[in-house]
Amino acid sequence: MIWIRNAAIGILVVTFAACLLAGTVAPASYAKQFREEPDAAPSHQHWLGTDDLGRDRFSRLLQGTRISLLLAPAAAFLTAVLAGLIGGIAGYWGGWTERVLMAAADLVLSLPWLFLLLTARALMPLNVSPMNSVAITFLILGCLGWAAAARVVCAGAKSLRESDFSLQARALGCGEARLLLRHVAPNLRPMLMTQFWISIPVFILAEANLGILGLGVVEPLPSWGSLLKELSGLTAISGQPWVFVPLLLLVAVVTSFQVLLVDQELPS
Amino acid sequence: MNYRACLLFLFCFFFVTALASAQGGGQLHFCLRSDPKTFDPVLVDDDASERVRYMTGGFLLRLNRFTQQLEPELATSWKVSKDGRTISFQLREGLHFSDGTPFSAEDVAFTMHRLMDPSLHSATGDAFRSGDGKVQTQILAPNKIAVTFPAPVASLDQKFDQVAIMSATSPKKEMAVLGPFYVADYKAGSYLELNRNPNYWKHDEHGRQLPYLDSVRLDIQSNRDTEMLRFLRGEIDLVDNVDAEYYNRVQTEQAGSGHDAGVTLDPEQVWFNQTPNSPIPAYKRGWFRSANFRLAVWQAINRDDIARIVYRGRAQSAVGMLSPADKFWFNTKLATHPYDPQGALKLLAQDGFHLQNGQLLDREGHVVEFSLVTGAGNKARERMATMMQQDLSQIGIKLNVVPLDFPSLIERITHTYDYESCLLGLTNMTLGPDAQMNVWLSSAENHQWNPSQKQPDTPWEAEIDRLMRTQASSLDPRKRKEAFDRVQQIAWEQAPFIYLVNRHALSAISPKLHNVQPAVLQPYVYWNLDRISKNAEVASR
Amino acid sequence: MLFRLAKHATRILLITLAGGFLALALARLAPGFGVDEREFDSRLSDETRAAIRQSHDSERNIFRFYFIWLRGVARGEFGVSPSLNQPVKQLLAERLPVTAKLLAWGLVVGWGLGFGLAVPLAFVSGRAYELGANAIATLFLCVPAAVLALFFLLTRSPSAWVVGLVIFPKVFRYARTLLRQTATLPHVLTARAKGLSSMRVFLWHYLPPAAPQWLALVAVSLSLALSAAVPVEVVCDLPGIGQLAWKAAMARDMYLLVCLTGIVTLATVLMKSASELLGESLRVRA
Repeated sequence: MIWIRNAAIGILVVTFAACLLAGTVAPASYAKQFREEPDAAPSHQHWLGTDDLGRDRFSRLLQGTRISLLLAPAAAFLTAVLAGLIGGIAGYWGGWTERVLMAAADLVLSLPWLFLLLTARALMPLNVSPMNSVAITFLILGCLGWAAAARVVCAGAKSLRESDFSLQARALGCGEARLLLRHVAPNLRPMLMTQFWISIPVFILAEANLGILGLGVVEPLPSWGSLLKELSGLTAISGQPWVFVPLLLLVAVVTSFQVLLVDQELPS
Repeated sequence: MNYRACLLFLFCFFFVTALASAQGGGQLHFCLRSDPKTFDPVLVDDDASERVRYMTGGFLLRLNRFTQQLEPELATSWKVSKDGRTISFQLREGLHFSDGTPFSAEDVAFTMHRLMDPSLHSATGDAFRSGDGKVQTQILAPNKIAVTFPAPVASLDQKFDQVAIMSATSPKKEMAVLGPFYVADYKAGSYLELNRNPNYWKHDEHGRQLPYLDSVRLDIQSNRDTEMLRFLRGEIDLVDNVDAEYYNRVQTEQAGSGHDAGVTLDPEQVWFNQTPNSPIPAYKRGWFRSANFRLAVWQAINRDDIARIVYRGRAQSAVGMLSPADKFWFNTKLATHPYDPQGALKLLAQDGFHLQNGQLLDREGHVVEFSLVTGAGNKARERMATMMQQDLSQIGIKLNVVPLDFPSLIERITHTYDYESCLLGLTNMTLGPDAQMNVWLSSAENHQWNPSQKQPDTPWEAEIDRLMRTQASSLDPRKRKEAFDRVQQIAWEQAPFIYLVNRHALSAISPKLHNVQPAVLQPYVYWNLDRISKNAEVASR
Repeated sequence: MLFRLAKHATRILLITLAGGFLALALARLAPGFGVDEREFDSRLSDETRAAIRQSHDSERNIFRFYFIWLRGVARGEFGVSPSLNQPVKQLLAERLPVTAKLLAWGLVVGWGLGFGLAVPLAFVSGRAYELGANAIATLFLCVPAAVLALFFLLTRSPSAWVVGLVIFPKVFRYARTLLRQTATLPHVLTARAKGLSSMRVFLWHYLPPAAPQWLALVAVSLSLALSAAVPVEVVCDLPGIGQLAWKAAMARDMYLLVCLTGIVTLATVLMKSASELLGESLRVRA
C-alpha cells in the first residue's frame, strides 16, 4: 500500500523538519509565559493554545519533540542491545550462564529501582543543565529496561540453539561464536526490534513520571512526556481537546516508523 | 387474618423506622487523604489522626474557628494564674464518656500526665513544654482541677484546644470519647465510620441533644482528582480543602457549592540557605546572607501574578509570616513588598551586583545562578517556581528549579544542608507566635535558613530571639503583641523568608448540608460538626 | 521430576531472599533514608526530634535488620509498618486480594486483546489490518496509565481494564512477531501446502514450536501487569499492594519494602519457573 508508506514518510519528514526548524517555525519561545492568556484556546497567535502558565503549546510541542525523538530511541536502542546480548548469551550457552543471567533479569524486574534513580539524582549537582539531566535519565532507563525482553529473547535463543540449521552448521564445523553471531543473532532481530518499538513510548512516558523524583526534563524545558503528563489532571482533559495533540503526534510518529521499518521485523 | 396482621405489623415497623431515620440528621460522607496512624489523642502527629481527634475528642476549651475566640466546652470556666504557670478549670458535672464511664477531674489529670510523659514524645504535649520539671495536677474537687507547669507557658489556655480528654478508668481506653462522635468501624485503606455519641453532653438552644448527624463516613482517598470527581457526582458531601484549579470547576458545574472563606493563615515561602557549614560555594552563601539580595529577589517576583495564575485568583500576595486571617496578631502596619524589578536592581547594585549581557554578575564576576528545591508532585509549587524563573530572569538571575521527592528534600534541608534555596509552604495550625517559637529562635532546629545556632549569627536574629522570649514569658496580650509586631517588622526588613502568597480557604459543600459556616482555620468546613445536618427540619429546630 | 522441582524451589527461594536484601540495600543507600517529615513540626521538642531520629536506628545496619526480619518471618511476624503504624501482615492480608483480582482480570483482558489482535495476522495477509492493529496498539502504548485510569474513573468502568489496556500492546507486539517468525518456518509452509485448515495449522504448527517463548511472554506479562498496577491503584485509590508499594517507597518504610519486594520477586520467579517447567515438559513430549 504505497499511499500509506508515502503518508508515513510525509509525517516523519514534516515532524523532523519542524523540530529542526523549531527556532524559526515556533511562534514564541517555549519558555515565555504569556501571563494574560493562561489556558487559552487555539488562536491565530497560539496555534494550539497556551498551557496553565500561558506558554505557547505549539512551541513547547516542537521543542519537546526534539528532545524526545533524540533521546528516547537512543535509550530504546540501548535496551534492545542489552536485551539481545544478555538474553542471547543466556539462551545460547544455557546451563549456569543462563541461570545466573535470568536470575539477574528476575531481580531487575522485581526490585524497586526508584531508589537507584533517587540516588542518581542525589549524585547529580543541583545546578545540572536540563539536557544533562534528561540524558542521564534516559541512560538509566535504557540500562534498566532490558529485563523483560531478555527473558523472551533467551527463550528464543534456546530454541534456535536446538534448531536444524544450528545443528547443520555445527556439523559443518562452524564455531560457536560464529554460529551465535551469523546464524542465531539475526533470527533474534525481530524480537529485538519489537522491544525497540515498545520501549520508545514507554521511555517517553517514564521520563515524565520521573519528574516526581527530580529527574527527567527540568523547567522550563518541555518533553513529550511532560506534555502527556498534563493529561493526567481532571481539569486538563475536560473541555480542552487540543491537549491531546502531543499524544496523537507521538502515535503518528511511532506508527510511521513502524510502517517504514516493518520489513526489519521479518525473520531472515 | 394472621397473614394480614403480619403485613400490617411489618408496614408499621418500617414506616416508624423510616420516620425515625428521617428525623435524624443523616450520614455525612467525605474523605480523609490518608489512614489515621493512631486513635490515641495524645500521640496524634499526622493530619488524618488530627482530624479524627477533632471529630471525636472532648476538649476543655475550644477555639471557635469562625470567631477565633476561645470558648468553654467541658470546662465551664478557667483561670490562668498571674505567673502563667497554673491553669484552673471548673468542669461540667454529670458528663459521661461514649461508653458510659463518668467524666471527672481525674480524667483531666490522667490525660495531662500522659500528655506530658517524656517517653511518649507527644507533639501536642511538646507544645506545653516550657522548662525542665514535671507537670503537677491538683484535683481540688471532683469537678475542679488545677494544672501547674514548671515554667510559664505562653497562651496556655489556647493550647488546650488540642488536648482531647481521655478516660482514666474506661476499659476501652482511647476509644471512649467525650466528643460528638466515636469510632465505630475502621477498615485500613478503605474507610472509617464514626457514630453519634449517645452520651454527648451538648444540646442546642431548643434542648435537642447534639450532634444532629447520625454518623460520619470517611473514605480513605489520597487522589484529589478522584475526590473531586466523587463530589461532583454527589457521592460525597464535602471536600474540606479544595485546590484552586478544581474550585472553578466546582463553581461551574455546581453553582453555589464552592465556598471561598477568605485568606488562610498559611503562606508559601522561599528561603536561602545561610548555614555556615553547608556544602554550597562560599560566594553564593555571601549572596544569600545579604539582606539586599533577599529583598531584591522578593521585589523581583510578581506575586500578584502567582496568585492570579497559579491559584486562579484564590490567593493574595503575602505580607509576612502572618496573614490578615490572624486578626489579633497580624501587624497591620506592614504592607506587601512591591513588585519592582528596577527597585530590585537598585538594591542589588548596592551590593556590587551588575548586569552584563542580560546576566547578573556579582562583584567578583560570578554569574548569579542558583537552584530552588521544592517538593515534587505539588503542582502549585512547581508552577510558582517556574514563574519565579521567568521573573528572576528579568533581572538577570538564572534560577534552576529542582523538584525533589519529599524525603530527599527534607534530608537536604534538615540534615545535609545541601541546597541553595527552598520553596515550601507553612501550615499554621494555631493563631499567633506560639507555634513559631522553634522557627524564629536562632538556636532552634526549625530556624530553616540557619538552624541550631550556638550564638545568634546576626544582630537582627539576636533581637528576634530577645523579642520572642519576651512575648513568650509575658501574660499581657498587649505587650506580647507589641513584641511580636516588632518581630514581624524585622522579618519584613531582613527577609530571611520571602513570603509569596497566602492562599484562600476553599471548600466544596453539597447543598444538602445545613448549618455549614466555612472558616479560614482548619478544618474549614466541619469545625462545627455537631451542628451540621443533612435534614433541613432538624437543622432549623 | 522431584529433583527438578527441588532445584526450582531452591532457586526461587534464593532469588527471593536476594531480592529482599537488594531492595533493602537500595532503600538504605538512597537519599531520604532515616528522615521523617515530622521533623518539620515546629511544636516538637529536641528530645522528641532525637527520639524520631533514633527510631530508625534499627534499620541502619541492613544485614542485622534483614536477619532479624527473616527470623520474625520464620515465626510468622512481618513487623509493623512505621509509616502506617499497622502490622505488615494485616496490611498484606487486606491488600493482596485486591491486587490479585486486578492482575488476574488485567492479564485476561491484556492477553485477550493482545493475542486476539495478533492471531488474525496469522490468517490474514492484508496490510490494512496490520496497520490498523499496530495503530491501536501504539495508541495504547503512548497513553499514560494514569490518564487511562482517570478516563475509566470518569466513565465508571472497571479499573482492571486499565491494566489490561496497558499490557495488551506489548503482548500484541511480541505475539505478532512470534507468529510472523513461525509463519515462515518450513513445516508451517508444508502444512499449508498440504491443504490443512488454518485453525489446525495454527493450533498444531504455529503454537507448539514457539511454546517456550509464549510461556516466557506469559511470565513477563505478569511483571508488566504488576508495574501497571501501581499507577492504576494510585489514581483509582484501590487499596492494593501497588498503592502500598508506592507509599512505602515514598516513606522509606523498610518493613513494607522488603515484604513487598519479596512478594513481587516471588511471584515473578514462580511464574517464570512454572513456564520453564511447562516448556520442558512440552519439549519432552514433542
